[in-house]
Amino acid sequence: MSLSTLLLALLVLSSLAFYLGRKKALSAAGSNLRTLHSLPNYYGYYLALWAGIPALAVFTLWLVLEPQIVQSLVVGGLPEAQRNLSPGRLGLLINDIRNLASGNIVSREVAPGLQEAADHYVRLRDTSRIALFVAVLALAVAGLTFGRQRIRANLRARNQVETVLKAFLIVGSTVAVLTTAGIVFSLVFEAGRFFVAVSPAEFLFGTEWSPQIALRKDQVGAQGAFGAVPLFAGTLLISVIAMCVAMPVGLMSAIYMAEYAPPKLRTVIKPILEILAGIPTVVYGFFAALTVAPFFRDTGAAVGLTISSESALAAGIVMGIMIIPFVSSLSDDVINAVPRAMREGSYGLGATQSETIRKVIIPAALPGIVGGFLLAISRAIGETMIVVMAAGLTANMTINPFHAVTTITVQIVTLLIGDQEFDSPKTLAAFALGLVLFLITLVLNIGALRIVKKYREQYE
Amino acid sequence: MIAMQATTGRATDAAASPVPAFMTRDVCVFYGQKQALTNVSLDIHRNQVTSLIGPSGCGKSTYLRCLNRMNDIIDGCRVTGSILLDGQDIYSGSMDVVHLRARVGMVFQKPNPFPKSIFENVAYGPRIHGIAKDKTELEAIVHNSLEKAGLLAEVKDRMDQPGTGLSGGQQQRLCIARAIAVQPEVILMDEPCSALDPIATARIEELIDELREHFAIVIVTHSMQQAARVSQRTGFFHLGILVETGDTEQIFTNPRDKRTQDYITGRFG
Repeated sequence: MSLSTLLLALLVLSSLAFYLGRKKALSAAGSNLRTLHSLPNYYGYYLALWAGIPALAVFTLWLVLEPQIVQSLVVGGLPEAQRNLSPGRLGLLINDIRNLASGNIVSREVAPGLQEAADHYVRLRDTSRIALFVAVLALAVAGLTFGRQRIRANLRARNQVETVLKAFLIVGSTVAVLTTAGIVFSLVFEAGRFFVAVSPAEFLFGTEWSPQIALRKDQVGAQGAFGAVPLFAGTLLISVIAMCVAMPVGLMSAIYMAEYAPPKLRTVIKPILEILAGIPTVVYGFFAALTVAPFFRDTGAAVGLTISSESALAAGIVMGIMIIPFVSSLSDDVINAVPRAMREGSYGLGATQSETIRKVIIPAALPGIVGGFLLAISRAIGETMIVVMAAGLTANMTINPFHAVTTITVQIVTLLIGDQEFDSPKTLAAFALGLVLFLITLVLNIGALRIVKKYREQYE
Repeated sequence: MIAMQATTGRATDAAASPVPAFMTRDVCVFYGQKQALTNVSLDIHRNQVTSLIGPSGCGKSTYLRCLNRMNDIIDGCRVTGSILLDGQDIYSGSMDVVHLRARVGMVFQKPNPFPKSIFENVAYGPRIHGIAKDKTELEAIVHNSLEKAGLLAEVKDRMDQPGTGLSGGQQQRLCIARAIAVQPEVILMDEPCSALDPIATARIEELIDELREHFAIVIVTHSMQQAARVSQRTGFFHLGILVETGDTEQIFTNPRDKRTQDYITGRFG
């Protein structure tokens, strides 16, 4: 019998418990259902929970602890000499025992001692499984019996079931929150290790980025420089170019859609704009690298400008196109949220449509539009694929959009691609960069949400 | 003095006062297929307050919004008949809606100051129409308008604060000042007091009476007491037709139509 059979059995038992609980409640109520505190189904759920939860808890706990216990018992049965091996080699030995037990290929000749240990391992595991089956099923039946005894007409089953449901929901949201906290913690922790090797001041204010360092002691290699300013500058440059594209285009299309477009046209244009947001960024990436960047290079050559084939300009413009839907759809929303009364007030004074838009609607919607811009910027800063493909890898300190620049995200990718050792500053630098990126986008997002929220309150 | 054809369901207004500001004849309004107004003929006189009363949905606001072509903004809205402002057809091609609205100002049901400073709210219209030659003149216009709207004393120390920060009654007076600042001939008011408390309402009513000296005023109201208090002439609308029109006193003391009688005595509406 496998573990899934056991789970299935538990499920069947719980369903049975539901049925029994309901029946017991009905018989306890007698002829008058109103004497029951809760609806009959709640008694069913109540009993199903009694049958399922304790058994499931033991089941989970058992599976978590079993390998540890079995392993320590197997090690205890090994000969003295093997027990005193270094932790690393002992680990290898245990691995072999496990492989042998499950019929996999092992890394050494099968000695009789090893075979014996493997047999021991298999026996222990089998015993554990049987014990698990017995324990879980017994617990389920015990829970069922116990719960069933407690069912009376005046049992507050609904309240108890709902308390348990609430607990489930809390557990669910806690998992989400803890995962986020865990990611942040690991970022901070690894970045901390990086800052032991490289001082934060050098990282934040150094102007040279060259993360190549010697892997072996005898290797001839650059010492490595971790001044991240060129990356910040490159990120900023590309984001600024992107916003120069996305802001006017997005805002103008939003104004057109909200104020001028006839409803029929609007129902066509809006989804098309939103398709832009659905294009995978990797597609934008090769569009930038293979179409836009060569086009700029050739155009530049034709008019006597030197534009490198991986330029900040190409990456920035394509990124700008990518975030147009963010700007336009958020701006469209806030423009639509400006009350009709504002428009009528302005028209009533003899203002034309464009005067009304420029002097009343845009100023009224401005906080919301700014919030939308900030969200779009934070999206641009975190964007990776386009810049990896189109912006280049060289950490130039430049504000010339015709040159290749690199960004925080690109460097994180290049630092972590391929086989890496996880204790060299080169690899750890990625975590420090990630932390910086996280903090920037966090601040931008919080700022944007605050502004948007404040704006919403203005008209409510 | 008044010729009335109430029995046909149509009222023609032929008051004997000098040239009316607005002369409207056989005005019909359609929203798509639905007809909202049928053959309304009414004159609006200078230096008088004309009130339009009637139950909800009777078409009085629709009529009001014809007078400065605010119905243009609504999709599928169509207006027929003739509406003459000083003898000029406002729906003809030669009438620029911007100029029309400069001559016919409007105050709305809910105070709707722009999210700008008090000064900018009032200066908005004059700026658009290029009324003021320079900053000094603009300031004079703003002060003058606020003065006429009876708001100057309350706001003169905080002209740069947002207009949205004022109380409801103050906001509505700000909107009136905003409309006056364009120096219109007619002011349309669409239930201007329905969002205000009784004290603010009394203040606005007082103001309307003062403004009559300079403008022709048309006010749509749900309150018959208000119509009786502020207006000299009254038109009663019902189901898209103008049932009866005449001097306010006559309408409220001696209505000729049964429906008017029923409405003002509270039997329906």
